[in-house]
Amino acid sequence: MTVALSIDHLVKSYGTLKALDAISFSVEAGKVTALLGPNGAGKTTLFQILTGLFVADSGQVSILGFDIAKDPVAALKQLGIVFQQSALDPDLTAQQNLVFHGGLHGLSRKESTSRADRWLHSFGLKESSKKPCRQLSGGMKRRVELARALMTEPALLLLDEPTQGLDPKSRKELVETVFSLARENGLSVVWATHLVGEVVDADTIIVLDHGHIVGKGTSAELLARTNSRTLEDAFLALTAQSREGLAE
Amino acid sequence: MMRWLRALDAVVRRDTLRFFKQTSRLVSAVVRPALWLLVFAAGFQNVLGVSITPPYETYIPYDVYMAPGLLGMVLLFQGMQSSLSLVFDRELGLLRLLLTSPFPRAYLLFVKLVAGTVLGVLQALVFLGIARLFGVDLPNSAFATVVPALVIGGFTLASLGLLLSVYVKRLENYAGAMNFVIFPSFFFSTALYPLWKIAESGALWIVYVAQLNPFTSVVEMIRFALYGQIAWQAVAITCSVGIVAFMIAARGYDPQRGTLGRKSQE
Repeated sequence: MTVALSIDHLVKSYGTLKALDAISFSVEAGKVTALLGPNGAGKTTLFQILTGLFVADSGQVSILGFDIAKDPVAALKQLGIVFQQSALDPDLTAQQNLVFHGGLHGLSRKESTSRADRWLHSFGLKESSKKPCRQLSGGMKRRVELARALMTEPALLLLDEPTQGLDPKSRKELVETVFSLARENGLSVVWATHLVGEVVDADTIIVLDHGHIVGKGTSAELLARTNSRTLEDAFLALTAQSREGLAE
Repeated sequence: MMRWLRALDAVVRRDTLRFFKQTSRLVSAVVRPALWLLVFAAGFQNVLGVSITPPYETYIPYDVYMAPGLLGMVLLFQGMQSSLSLVFDRELGLLRLLLTSPFPRAYLLFVKLVAGTVLGVLQALVFLGIARLFGVDLPNSAFATVVPALVIGGFTLASLGLLLSVYVKRLENYAGAMNFVIFPSFFFSTALYPLWKIAESGALWIVYVAQLNPFTSVVEMIRFALYGQIAWQAVAITCSVGIVAFMIAARGYDPQRGTLGRKSQE
């Protein structure tokens, strides 16, 4: 099995608050891994560390064998990232945003433009590609960001609550797009969310709460472990157990 | 090597595109120094006589004396503007996009500085043309020294702006911070009057502050460059300030050592 992402005893604290408490897990290449947790579970902190924006207090993160702390340039080359907060230049067109991103990854202007057009067209954004991003709807902006993350042909796609602020239809479309890309192209995906319904079909679900991993497995395994009927019940049971443990 | 140049091209191109799309910024970049030249220089033309001091070989009108200071002002505003664009990018989330690109972080900050410098030099050259149109009597032959002086000055002032962006993290705090930097830098310098003139009036403390002000070095470097001369001391001070400011700013943006990695909850 090829490991796309390996996290080993990762610790990050803010003062006395432990946002991540020695968490360890790995992500198999070509699989969709969901990072499921309520608000404040530590998902965004973990993403900030995975993308080199923050440094862990201790522990190790390895992306396709490259340590993010020791070799950030090589590690970042492997990543496509969609941040929780939309990150598009509103004054530039969708195409210009993507071409800018291609340049930031060392692609030539010609290659960036060609890839930008290809990905924008494949996401149904051909007509909108020349419009300033401030004129696009929330769902379109998210698709532009997904196209941007994919245009550099990453080995690992990181999505931090990518459906935040989207209506149910746009959310469903985005989920279907990512899962079909992963299945058809063998793309490794880490999807952080607090919305259980989005990740029912993930190959592995990691439940994170208060900086701890409180559950890990497929949907079926989590249901069996918690004796629940739905994944949402399983999620609630696992996070409740974790809180009881913390209270004691 | 090509990868690095492409990243540089992407950032310069994006910042230039943004600049030309923001009409008010474009207009104010030209109008602001032109107003100073038209109103301030014309008003003080007969009040402030300027005697012969290097690089001038004869008595010069006040607008000629003031032109290098206004070129410095153009660079200063652009330097602050490029740091404002970093704060704006931080609020938009675009700074994260830049900082997660597969290049060393110091290089990514350097390309932002280059973009700011390119815009600053372009605006300064446009202002130089406007000054000539207004009849300011500046020599024609000093392009080879003026452009490098503008580049060095632009880079240093953009570095100081970058340093400011490490500490001022919110857009709403930025206007105050910009005013706090721009106006003291401009007024406590040789942009508007020579140091000997200030000393003559008895305000020696202003002379000392102006001598310590890096903007004075930028202005004097440009003043000499306009006459094809190199003010080595001013060049050395300007370069040193630029490099030191960049190094401190790069450290501030380093998640291992700087302030950004500790500000997780923002």
